[in-house]
Amino acid sequence: MAEIQSPLPGVFYRKPGPDKDPYVQEGDRVEAGQVIGMVEIMKQFTEVHSDVAGTLESFSVEDAAMVNPGDTIAVVAEG
Amino acid sequence: MSTLLVANRGEIAVRILRSARDMGIRTVLAVSEIDRDSMAAGLADEVAVVGPAPAQASYLNAEAIVLAGTEAGCDAVHPGYGFLSENAAFARRVQESGMTWVGPDPDVIDLMGHKTRALEAAVAADVPVLPGSNGPLTDDDDAVLALGREVGYPLVIKASAGGGGRGIRLVRAEEDLLKTVDVARAEASASFGDPTVYLERFVEHARHVEVQVLGDGETFLHLGDRDCSMQRRSQKIVEEAPAPELPDHVRERIRASAVNLARLAKYTGVGTVEYLYDPVRHEAAFIEMNTRLQVEHPVTEFVTGVDLVAEQLRIAATGRTRLRQEDISFDGHAIECRINAEDPDRNFLPSPGRLTRLDWPEGEDYRVDAGVREGDTVAPFYDSLLAKLIVHGHDRREAVRRMSEGLAATHIEGIKTTVPLLARLVTDPRFEAVEHWTTYIETEMPSPGGAR
Repeated sequence: MAEIQSPLPGVFYRKPGPDKDPYVQEGDRVEAGQVIGMVEIMKQFTEVHSDVAGTLESFSVEDAAMVNPGDTIAVVAEG
Repeated sequence: MSTLLVANRGEIAVRILRSARDMGIRTVLAVSEIDRDSMAAGLADEVAVVGPAPAQASYLNAEAIVLAGTEAGCDAVHPGYGFLSENAAFARRVQESGMTWVGPDPDVIDLMGHKTRALEAAVAADVPVLPGSNGPLTDDDDAVLALGREVGYPLVIKASAGGGGRGIRLVRAEEDLLKTVDVARAEASASFGDPTVYLERFVEHARHVEVQVLGDGETFLHLGDRDCSMQRRSQKIVEEAPAPELPDHVRERIRASAVNLARLAKYTGVGTVEYLYDPVRHEAAFIEMNTRLQVEHPVTEFVTGVDLVAEQLRIAATGRTRLRQEDISFDGHAIECRINAEDPDRNFLPSPGRLTRLDWPEGEDYRVDAGVREGDTVAPFYDSLLAKLIVHGHDRREAVRRMSEGLAATHIEGIKTTVPLLARLVTDPRFEAVEHWTTYIETEMPSPGGAR
């Protein structure tokens, strides 16, 4: 299991925009480097990438929730 | 107007509340849960919580804001800048609920928000425009190629629904034109929900100049010009009034045509007509009109002595302005620096946190428009603008010197800010000589924060 952590403080979003589909759903396959969400801080958006390839098991934070640097955002089962 | 709802936060909320209070108007401030104890909240007669911290749920929540205004017995709404200030649907909701919208007619907001329609209005008002499609670009490939040859390269393709530097693509050669138009249309459709694009000449080292206008539907006037050429990623950082090194005939042309555009739109309230200035050709051309108060309005207030917020409130309340063009005179030179909670040494990474120290320069030549006090916590949810430092001098040289001294006397601790970058910018020889342009920081300053 690999934990994907937030690189910075802010608000975590699972979707690129309010009317868009989520980047990835729980249970989906993700590749290393794939975007799984983004963190907004003061109107600047930073993409959050999966470091590993595998299955995205679960998100550890809700959409639009506050995160701190190092907080686990999602768990990926490698393979 | 007896009670005003201020639908904004930070320094501009403080600014609006002060003018309203001076005019004897009762104030209600719409706040998010996290802003209950902000500096602005302390100045308002009443505070109405409109939602949780994220702006989407509070400051951008039109229904909650209108409800808060009607419940608090407000008869007018001032939107400030940003957030819902140029949202015509919100302006209409405010009016439908029986409150006065402090701003132009929602149809005018719509017109100016749509770049190709605004461009057509500019042409009709005899505002100078760049050579280009002067409206939506045709679907006919041969006609697009012919227009490209006529305008010359490089040229830009812009999204009609874009603005603020978004939705722009540069084309350097004819072989790239048609495919770039296709990509730009697809992008515009995905980003703004409107595939309309237009084509314009690209000016390599452009300056940004703008004219402050004011109207009441019958009387229209200008309050002079500003230069906002020091930018980073299309965000203004340093602004000044009047615009320096502008030939007289260009200054007269932009001032007169800005008033013409306001007249054509039957404009009410304050607005800004933005122009791109080509210092090589000595030509100015229309960019867009902003239908709201601007961040940099204090430099105009410093050189004219006019309180622009008070004028906005007066026009909204009475439908009339008491000002006439002959009443407007200009004294000296003013410069504004925007102080942001960002770290210039780490690619402008936002820097939220607690302000452990906040010292401002003092004196009649300085004005500080701040939205925070020492001890306040800068939240990660909103724009990083903390405050603006504005100075006045008899001439530009004196204003530049005072700004440099003022920045040296500004001490902010607890978070990273852009003060060190601003101190470098205002002492930069190219800035002093007015030889900077809108992408100067990106192209000429590889380490803008000063890190070596």
